[in-house]
Amino acid sequence: MRIIISLFAAFFMASAANAGTLEDVKKRGVLNCIVNTGLPGFSYTDKTGRWKGFDADMCRSLAAAVVGDGEKVKFIPATGKTRFTLLNSKEGDVIFRNTTWTFVRDVDVKLTFLPTTYYDGQGFIIRKSKGVKSAKELDGATVCIQTGTTTELNLADFFRANKISYKPVPIESNEEARKNYLADRCDTYTTDASGLAATRATFDKPGDHMILPEIISKEPLGPVVRHGDDQWADIVRWTVYALIAAEQHGITAGNVDKMAMDKSNPNVSRMLGSEGNLGGMLGLDKEWAKRVIKAQGNYAEIFERNVGLKTPVGLSRGLNALYTKGGLQYSPPFR
Amino acid sequence: MSGVANQASIKLVGIEPNFLLRLWRNKDTRSIILQILTMALLFAFLAYIINNAVLNLAVLGKTFSFDFLGFPASYDINQRLIEYTSQSTHFRAMLVGILNTALVAFFGIITATIVGFLFGIIRLSNNWIASHIVYCIIEFTRNIPVLLHILLIHGIIVHVLPSPRQAHTLADSIFLSNRGLTIPDPIFGEGFSFTVIAFFAAIGIIIGFARWARKVRDESGKIYPVFWISTGILFGLPFLVFLLSGSPLSWVVPELGRFNLKGGITMIPEFLALWLALSLYTSVFIAEIVRAGILAISKGQWEASQAVGLQRNRILQLVVIPQALRVIIPPLTSQYLNLTKNSSLAIAIGYMDIVATIGGISMMQTGKEMESMILVLSIYLCFSLVISAFMNWYNKRIKLVER
Amino acid sequence: MTPGKEEKTLAVTEGGGYLPGTHPDLPPPSSVHGPIHWIRVNLFGSVTDTALTLLAVYFLYSAITFLAGWMFINAAFTGESRNDCRAVADGACWAFIGNRLSLFIYGFYPEPERWRVDLSFVLLILAIVPVLYEDMPQRGKGLAYSCLYPLIAAWLLVGGFGLEKVSTDQFGGLMLNVVIGVTGIAFSLPIGIVLALGRQSQLPIVRILCVSFIEIIRGVPLITLLFVAAVMLSYFVPPGTDFDLLVRMLIMVTLFASGYMAEVIRGGLQAIPNGQYEAADAMGLKYWQSMRLVVLPQALKISIPGIVNTFIALYKDTTLVIVIGRLDILGIGNSSLADTKWQGLSTEVYIFVALFFFFSCFSMSRYSLWLEKKLHTGH
Repeated sequence: MRIIISLFAAFFMASAANAGTLEDVKKRGVLNCIVNTGLPGFSYTDKTGRWKGFDADMCRSLAAAVVGDGEKVKFIPATGKTRFTLLNSKEGDVIFRNTTWTFVRDVDVKLTFLPTTYYDGQGFIIRKSKGVKSAKELDGATVCIQTGTTTELNLADFFRANKISYKPVPIESNEEARKNYLADRCDTYTTDASGLAATRATFDKPGDHMILPEIISKEPLGPVVRHGDDQWADIVRWTVYALIAAEQHGITAGNVDKMAMDKSNPNVSRMLGSEGNLGGMLGLDKEWAKRVIKAQGNYAEIFERNVGLKTPVGLSRGLNALYTKGGLQYSPPFR
Repeated sequence: MSGVANQASIKLVGIEPNFLLRLWRNKDTRSIILQILTMALLFAFLAYIINNAVLNLAVLGKTFSFDFLGFPASYDINQRLIEYTSQSTHFRAMLVGILNTALVAFFGIITATIVGFLFGIIRLSNNWIASHIVYCIIEFTRNIPVLLHILLIHGIIVHVLPSPRQAHTLADSIFLSNRGLTIPDPIFGEGFSFTVIAFFAAIGIIIGFARWARKVRDESGKIYPVFWISTGILFGLPFLVFLLSGSPLSWVVPELGRFNLKGGITMIPEFLALWLALSLYTSVFIAEIVRAGILAISKGQWEASQAVGLQRNRILQLVVIPQALRVIIPPLTSQYLNLTKNSSLAIAIGYMDIVATIGGISMMQTGKEMESMILVLSIYLCFSLVISAFMNWYNKRIKLVER
Repeated sequence: MTPGKEEKTLAVTEGGGYLPGTHPDLPPPSSVHGPIHWIRVNLFGSVTDTALTLLAVYFLYSAITFLAGWMFINAAFTGESRNDCRAVADGACWAFIGNRLSLFIYGFYPEPERWRVDLSFVLLILAIVPVLYEDMPQRGKGLAYSCLYPLIAAWLLVGGFGLEKVSTDQFGGLMLNVVIGVTGIAFSLPIGIVLALGRQSQLPIVRILCVSFIEIIRGVPLITLLFVAAVMLSYFVPPGTDFDLLVRMLIMVTLFASGYMAEVIRGGLQAIPNGQYEAADAMGLKYWQSMRLVVLPQALKISIPGIVNTFIALYKDTTLVIVIGRLDILGIGNSSLADTKWQGLSTEVYIFVALFFFFSCFSMSRYSLWLEKKLHTGH
């Protein structure tokens, strides 16, 4: 039996006996990245089948660091329900799929959560014509939720705490939820506020709908890797920090080569590999961070291009601004 | 087959075959050896995969236990036939899921059977237009995946029907909107038990009457309109008792709340879509089974019935269908099983059945993949066994009628 | 069923004349012949019939006017976004389907390599011919090629050995449906044969094992088996083994199909008259010889319609992979709808996919029906 299985494995994919994820990815030459099956602004496919969006770009940045080429990414679309099993069955190396960091997932489901790429919270969207001004007025309402996510647990808690009733309509994907909401199958749709904004941007008349003021939960969304591979977790962690630090130091995709030459700022020099060998400590080469920034730009560039104010999604930085500008995005020092 | 082998071995006796070879050449011992080998292989395989599973769980730092069934589920379910809140356990959530599957399967089987028989009979009727329209419906329906039927019908209910404010209504008590079908909720008063007793009494009377009528028919050839009389008793007697006991029944009529209709019983669109889609999809297969069953009855039966002066409907009812049933029941059973299994597609539209509760949200929130999948698979197996057992019993029953 | 059809006979009245309409030289009057008679008998034969006819005509009329309006008259066929469509017409927006057609067919298969998919489709058709067409010259060689086809197709689609490797994750769209359906049937055939023979075996343990396997597989929905493939199967291989999701899915689909295949073949085996088994025994053939040379060829031949029907059912069921997040033709449609330019066109996607399945399954079922009739006259 073992022989048959190994034959299968040899034919379809190089078998890797218990090697670290980094070795696997390097050998394969491709990063397997688990993303949302479709969420405007975060991860979706265009006409040619190319994956686009905030999360998709993050995958490309990571691939640039590890494999050396930002296009060497295999995107694995997953629903809320299948994402962790895809990770645990080694289908994917990392999840970039608006995944909330919670205690149970971290401790009991045995996943490793890495720095938050997007600080979010759960909100409600509703038609202005319903005349609702606060989520506490939603007694008896029908609410659309995405199943397999933290939002349905938060929702149950919120309504229980406020002693009001509701009728949940559990839905598999954002697109389905959008359809049901627009058809008035549910009075309100609840998900991460970023998702609500992204979804509202696609309505025919976005002005007819409002996002209620209550944010009923904390939703720190970030990458997730398998439990127990610290080296790989470090690589993903510091790739995200490199994007944030790059924004802080004003390094962009356009000027990263010039900044690497200019040795006036030791912090920048260390990060970009012109001084010391931080990359080597990660198991990568010196110039990893340079490639990360060159691939898709720094955090601000990725944000503004996919979900920023000038895009249809139109999100302001808010909590996701740098800590120097009143937000929460903060990178530990590169030294 | 082994007689040949024995003959072959006789030729070899001179070489004095060793003991094992002799065992192999004996028919009985060989079959035992083969079976022992099969068992050994099976156990080795099971041991191998179980060992792997244990190792894998250890690597991921997980355990194998069903303890999580006792923890609070912390999610809400929109259609529940038993008491359930977000503080109930995962086990209770699973029960809610099982009941929801059973509910949609039960209603689906009933409507699919009725519609299927109707379609099958219309398909055979002399009416050219009707039979060809039914033919087109059958071909279109059965060549399209059932998942698409479910998605399409759900889409139509949600998109085409009006919102609760503009709901279609019948006498201001039954409402049809994109939130589902809402009907008044009955509240049973104190004396209602008499009506229930009367109902069961009526059933008893009907069974007795039917037996008596059959005896009379066999002896004297006199035919009573059994169906109409039975219907009269079934509804008349309880109704009379109901009136005599002072009409102890009131209704909670649904009325428009701020968002939804309040009060009454609501069949949610997901249930309606699943029910309609499964009924339609299964009914066209049943129609073909019924058609084949009726066509299997020899022409002589029709001609003989015509010769004794029976009309078309009576021929179908008294002569053809009772005989055709014997051909129809076995494939009908597998259609019922298919319907029940297809109800697992509920997950595509968010109807909270077994797969969506224990195999979906519970599994997702607790990370207990192996345990949940084992539960889901065994529950479906139980469903299949129950339906098969019931249909086998029914099949045996109608076989006894054969004289 | 035509039990009520009256025979046309020449009726002669007692006086030697003819009853009206039965004179041999005259055409019958239009009341017992011709379209009016036909309409009266077939459409307005009785009160129920009349009601049924009127209902049917009404149903037909409303269905046709609605569908024609939505699908053709008020539909938009060109445009670059949903708003383009809505600007032209308020019916269906087929521009979306045209816009994404290659995605619907090939999924994410890399564009320069798509000739490999086309080639394997063509080779597939060539591989089916010898299986179904009995009178083919040199059928033996053809069948050998059919048996080799799965390997050739796997090589073409996955790559390696001189072709660029394509990850199975990029399989999608219609191609994924066909890959799953064809693999399921091709591999389930031998397993089904073994299970069907095992079910008839005289060894009780073998028989019990086969029966329980078949009944368990047939007792659970495919969707749960797909979940098993997605979440559970990887627990059963040694730790550290990478095990491709597509392969896991194919394994479960094959097991699923072989449960049904075994029953189809059992039907074929039972249809072989006992004399054939006895004759084979009398010839001195051993069990496997008699099966291979005498029983199975006949049993398989009469099972072909059943096998085609199993394939149709499996092919329709391949749409279920969407529930474990694989993007088949339906899944591609759904995920494309997340593109802000095209949101809200799900009905078009469903109708397109439904029509596609209708045409492919309908033609296959016609073929199987034709084959059944042909086999019937052969015996």
